[in-house]
Amino acid sequence: MSVLVFAEHDNNQLKADTLKTVAAAQAMGGEIHLLVAGHNCQAVADAASKVNGVAKVLVADNAAYEHQLAENVSLLVTELAADYDHIVATALTTGKNFMPRVAALLDVAQISDIIAVESSDTFVRPIYAGNAIATVQSLDSKKVITVRPTGFDAVATDGSAEVVALDKATDAGTSSHVNDELSVSERPDLGAASVVISGGRGMQNGDNFKLLDGIADKLGAAIGASRAAVDAGFVPNDMQVGQTGKIVAPDLYIAVGISGAIQHLAGMKDSKIIVAINKDAEAPIFQVADYGIVADLFDALPELESKL
Amino acid sequence: MKVLVPIKRVIDYNVKVRVKADNSNVDLANVKMAINPFCEIAVEEAVRLKEAGTATEVIAVSIGDKSCQEQLRTALALGADRAIQIDTDQNLDSLHVAKLLQKVVEEEQPQLVILGKQSIDSDNNQTGQMLAALTGMAQGTFASAVNVDGEKVNVTREVDGGLQTVALNLPAIVTTDLRLNEPRYASLPNIMKAKRKPLAVKPAADFGLDLTARTTLLKVTPPAERQAGIVVESIDELVEKLKNEAKVIS
Ligand SMILES: Cc1cc2nc3c(=O)[nH]c(=O)nc-3n(C[C@H](O)[C@H](O)[C@H](O)COP(=O)(O)OP(=O)(O)OC[C@H]3O[C@@H](n4cnc5c(N)ncnc54)[C@H](O)[C@@H]3O)c2cc1C
Repeated sequence: MSVLVFAEHDNNQLKADTLKTVAAAQAMGGEIHLLVAGHNCQAVADAASKVNGVAKVLVADNAAYEHQLAENVSLLVTELAADYDHIVATALTTGKNFMPRVAALLDVAQISDIIAVESSDTFVRPIYAGNAIATVQSLDSKKVITVRPTGFDAVATDGSAEVVALDKATDAGTSSHVNDELSVSERPDLGAASVVISGGRGMQNGDNFKLLDGIADKLGAAIGASRAAVDAGFVPNDMQVGQTGKIVAPDLYIAVGISGAIQHLAGMKDSKIIVAINKDAEAPIFQVADYGIVADLFDALPELESKL
Repeated sequence: MKVLVPIKRVIDYNVKVRVKADNSNVDLANVKMAINPFCEIAVEEAVRLKEAGTATEVIAVSIGDKSCQEQLRTALALGADRAIQIDTDQNLDSLHVAKLLQKVVEEEQPQLVILGKQSIDSDNNQTGQMLAALTGMAQGTFASAVNVDGEKVNVTREVDGGLQTVALNLPAIVTTDLRLNEPRYASLPNIMKAKRKPLAVKPAADFGLDLTARTTLLKVTPPAERQAGIVVESIDELVEKLKNEAKVIS
């Protein structure tokens, strides 16, 4: 038995969530190989070799993989899949993009977004925006799986795996990268932060999100948002927390001017402590909040910042 | 060019689903059903391409029992030209849905297939990508902008770090994200007109595919319920609780 894990990275840094996906892979059983597919990605390969539990790091460094286009990466992973029982990626936008292609090319079903491993063929995953938890058994000989990072604890990074360079250049020739418009932020990643403060429609405009900055600075927090705040153009799409955005489970989640729709709760209700600031005492967010305060956010936020 | 829009009938997004007492599945008896919101965005995008003169025909297709004709009529009311129901009462894996859609693609030869990025019931986020692999097409998933430009389509995608734009050879697959457009409401005259638009029914069995299940749903349980906490009276009290009771700030 062996497991191929796809490493999440941007050619410079190995994403910390990969350490959680490796933890999930350990529960599936067998030798773990970590695939680094990218271009000029030696730094990632070095970091990958230190991930505990990994026996071998496979590095496919080629221009065809620079932007991890699904068409090209899926061909690579499908080729490599012959040697593995489990093919595993993190359920972030890269993995979500190419993994179902791999599954279809291998003619197997994919099990998406698992939060627990029951056995080598049985997995637990949320459905219906997390309002039900399904236990699913795969009947295929190969398992193609994406892992929700919040379900697993990261493995340590004091290992020393062998690094093997692959000579691959699978280019489907059907797609090309045009450009990226990436958000730049000094703050921690939403997925990695131990404190997240999110604003909703109640923030009224993008400028008012500055009211969250001082608090985020003091708490080392990442800043998130509801869909309504993103749709209204207050903040960029990569800040959306929820069923169809980012899934977070920090130690502390502060929801400000967010009503608590099921789609939003799906992305944050596994947080350890939830705080809600909302002027409507009936808002559903209070049903999941450990600490709620019924207040106008324009009064509450400056006061909170000053008292931290 | 033809645009194919596969759509799914799902629980209405406002409904909080309940798990059956025997833990066999969720309980959908007497629950309000609707077109999956991401599929609705896909229909809207296709109709806009037609209105812009880029698309010539919009075909909606759904796989399910007779009840999904209701959602196909919704798509027709929103502006699709005709509809296909692939009839089955089996609960199919996304792989099978993609294989059935592949057959439709072979028959209809669309230049663009627009699907929702995920359905809000199974939350799988698979079908579009699988269809792309099976047909050998390129894919632009989680799209917030779609621009057809000659033999190519440029798709701006919502990714973890922000936005990414890719150029895809046509024919191609697009899956929609929330910001792609805001679907219109169907007008009463259009709802009436939709009743007379063609809707073909084809049994899934006629496609000659092996649709044996690849997964078994062993059980479905409710999630751990969070206990509602307390309402604090002041910011001072909140800070005190976070420090001394929850110990999440120092
Ligand atoms: C297919 C689909 C997918 C979706 N995916 C997501 C998702 O991933 N993430 C997500 O968040 N949503 C998602 N949604 C949207 C979701 O259903 C809600 O519409 C959305 O979460 C509402 O955002 P909100 O709470 O900011 O806005 P609202 O529901 O409008 O709530 C605003 C809140 O702010 C409070 N407020 C207003 N002014 C003040 C003030 N001055 N002080 C204090 N409080 C104030 C109000 O009392 C209210 O409770 C999705 C919906 C669909 C259909």
